[in-house]
Amino acid sequence: MSQSFLKGLDYSVVQQCMHCGLCLPTCPTYDATKLERNSPRGRIALMRSIADGQLDATRAFADEMYFCLGCLACMTACPAGVNYAELFENARAEAEASGVLRSPKRNLIRNLTLKWLFMDLNRLQLAGRLLRLYQQLGLEALVRRLGLLRLLPKRLQELEAMTPRILPEFSADLIAPLTPAVGHKRYRVVLLTGCVQDLIFSDINRDTVEVLSRNHCEVVTPQDQLCCGSLHAHNGEYELARQLARQQLDRIPPGQFDAIITNAGGCGSHLKHYHTLLGDDPIYRERAAIWDRKIKDIHEWLGEIGIEPVQSGSQNGQFDKVSDKVEDKVKDKVKDKVKEEVDEVVTYHESCHLTHGQKITRQPRDILRAIPNLKLVELPESAWCCGSAGIYNIVQPEMANQLLERKLKHIQSTGATTVATGNPGCLLQLINGAAAKGMNLKVVHPITLLAEAYRCSAP
Amino acid sequence: MSLAAAIPAALTRIAGAANVLTKQEDLIPYSFDGTAALRQMPGCVVLVTMREEVAAVLKVANETKTAVVTRGSGTGLSGGSLPTPDCIVLCLARMNRILELDRANLTLLAEPGATTQAIADAASAAGLFYPPDPGSMKISTIGGNVAENSGGLRGLKYGITRNYVMGLEVVLPDGEVLWTGNKCVKDVAGYSLKDLFIGSEGTLGVITKILLKLIPKPSARKTMVATFGQIVQAAQTVSDIIAAQIIPCTLEFLDRTTIRCVEDYAKVGLPLDCDALLLMETDGHPASVAEEADKMLQIAQKNGALEVRAAKDDAEATRLATARRSAFSALARVAPTTILEDATVPRSELAGMIRFVEEVAQKYRLRIGTFGHMGDGNLHPTFLTDERNQEEMHRVEAAFKEIFEEAIRLGGTITGEHGVGLAKKGFLPKFAGDAQMRVMRELRRVLDPSGILNPGKMF
Repeated sequence: MSQSFLKGLDYSVVQQCMHCGLCLPTCPTYDATKLERNSPRGRIALMRSIADGQLDATRAFADEMYFCLGCLACMTACPAGVNYAELFENARAEAEASGVLRSPKRNLIRNLTLKWLFMDLNRLQLAGRLLRLYQQLGLEALVRRLGLLRLLPKRLQELEAMTPRILPEFSADLIAPLTPAVGHKRYRVVLLTGCVQDLIFSDINRDTVEVLSRNHCEVVTPQDQLCCGSLHAHNGEYELARQLARQQLDRIPPGQFDAIITNAGGCGSHLKHYHTLLGDDPIYRERAAIWDRKIKDIHEWLGEIGIEPVQSGSQNGQFDKVSDKVEDKVKDKVKDKVKEEVDEVVTYHESCHLTHGQKITRQPRDILRAIPNLKLVELPESAWCCGSAGIYNIVQPEMANQLLERKLKHIQSTGATTVATGNPGCLLQLINGAAAKGMNLKVVHPITLLAEAYRCSAP
Repeated sequence: MSLAAAIPAALTRIAGAANVLTKQEDLIPYSFDGTAALRQMPGCVVLVTMREEVAAVLKVANETKTAVVTRGSGTGLSGGSLPTPDCIVLCLARMNRILELDRANLTLLAEPGATTQAIADAASAAGLFYPPDPGSMKISTIGGNVAENSGGLRGLKYGITRNYVMGLEVVLPDGEVLWTGNKCVKDVAGYSLKDLFIGSEGTLGVITKILLKLIPKPSARKTMVATFGQIVQAAQTVSDIIAAQIIPCTLEFLDRTTIRCVEDYAKVGLPLDCDALLLMETDGHPASVAEEADKMLQIAQKNGALEVRAAKDDAEATRLATARRSAFSALARVAPTTILEDATVPRSELAGMIRFVEEVAQKYRLRIGTFGHMGDGNLHPTFLTDERNQEEMHRVEAAFKEIFEEAIRLGGTITGEHGVGLAKKGFLPKFAGDAQMRVMRELRRVLDPSGILNPGKMF
């Protein structure tokens, strides 16, 4: 074995867990199996055994680290403040370094994706364009109709069904490199457009820019962007994650902006820790610290700067919070009646890395509540993982599907017709899940709802 | 004694191969419970879901004279569910159904793996109340609560687990099933065997069903936080409240170190600039709640409280209690190893005991955080240490010895609610005396002649 990540870790991180068990009820895998090995403290015990030299990074250890969703719900639950995120990334790196999981097929997939496709987003975009062509030419529909997929193994058939729809335009086609602030400019920010998000949810990027601009931000959207590296860090490719972080810091000098905006919960959680990643790099260390301070999730940033009030949609007149101040009883009565009739019921699913990784829970709800004609209903177990978990739904379909089922059941129980969530993985997971069940459910990013509301009201 | 290969094979025939764990990676996570600095690998783990499986496992163990350590969620704090070398860990976490809620008799029947929280929730959903609320209630199992006779924050007014157990189904070491107790409020037929099994720490039988008493939910409650410049003022407040013949539901104490750790984790707005904090809760009829709260406020003020603040609603009251429950784990924020004890003294001796604990900490140059159930005289002095520092660990041991001796001298006990297990085994003979020890040994021999149940624990 070339390198032990866990032995190299500061022992206090490994030792921080006092195995009280308060993480157990919040861990989706432990909840499903009731096996200690599938729990945060059980996994930490295995990591500690490796750090102590009592256990080798075996196949069973590696499998366990990949059975963990990395949802970080345990970090919210942990009174002792264990940094599970750091432990988890090092444990997966340990598993990769040990080579116990290597196989020709797995190596090929990892080389193609982590080490090639996601290291240069031009390649990813090219792949996206090819896939889009395949979808647009009707080949996908044809292949599906002819039943050719039946020739594939069952797992590949399932994966094919999960293929996301590539949007006709990527972020660079939709967003100008510089978008001026509407009205008075108070901030200069830069938007990170993401990797997969750029291909399948570029409209969310456009909505984000619109909302930022509407809230007095001048938005810089560089055309040639990078993957944030979270995919690499979470999958044991620590060095590649560091490499991407350095490139990112070169391309987007953090000092030039009031904030660096991300609208993907999973990316944000990783982007906020470049300093941890590059803490031993004398050249990048300081810049990474500035970067970490400037990185803001879009909801967090809007919560900090405050949002412009949204006027109510055209057909219903102006019955939002602002007009509440107008003491007009007749209007109030009409308002109540109208509200009953037109309110769209929305519920909010928390992206794990937004709520557990970044502790952003209030701001997205505040944004949804600020939108007129939208009624926010709390989702039971809103902070429980939906099973997307990065690429977990691809590599651990069984567990991922159990979690998806559970999530969809809760969404149905709210009676909401719309579910909002701030992470592309969750969006895709819920879109696919709802489609498979034939549910009539609109799955959106909260910022899209806000952008739509702004569009309906005059600036 | 090393675990013969025949035993896992026999267990596999009983519970199925998937439910018998023998691999190192599966066993390491069962090599500890919630107790600090204790670790021991088991021989194997068997997860069962039925009483018949429990009986069959015990028969195998009895015939082969193999040790059995029964385990729920493994959150105990005295090493009670710590494996013994090469034992079978009999895990009941999956045997977690709530079987019946009898609204006519106000009882609840549950399997041992049901969590305390699940029981409290089920009772609450029926408009009823299950008061025992140990710190780990979100994940601790009712079987473990009964076996350890757990207490909690509400012990002062509502008593402990023992006060709510009406009946038990117990599997004896030879596989025979015994029922003790029933739904009758009064029952004096024969010895009260259920009381023997409550708090027996897994040494006399394996509890497979628990019949619990529920009570009506109090219609009102009021929670207050009082802060003091000196610990002794808080202690005096507690003494004065009791002397005024008020029995509040909760009178919890936190010292400066614990307050900081808890606030750091829970962020509930605890005042940080004080040496002592009392969390006081009264519940019952609204009129008496208002009157008691008012009296407690006056008593706190008379004793020089810096501030007395009332929780503004139920949600805040619950947040405060939840924050308090995290105290033990939260202390791990400032030290890698937190060793807590639960020496308990008559309430009249509380102030003296607190002073004594402080003196001992100074004498042995140890850092300490103290919190606990001040209203019960049940404190949790917690030494903040590092298990790798052997010299300091010796001082911790010596300090605890003095604390236990003082508790006994003051007419108190070596453990108020955590149990003897391994951690306090050495102190039991002195506390219990020869006659009690002899009777306990003989009782144990009668019920478990082969000595297979949790050997080496308690005495």
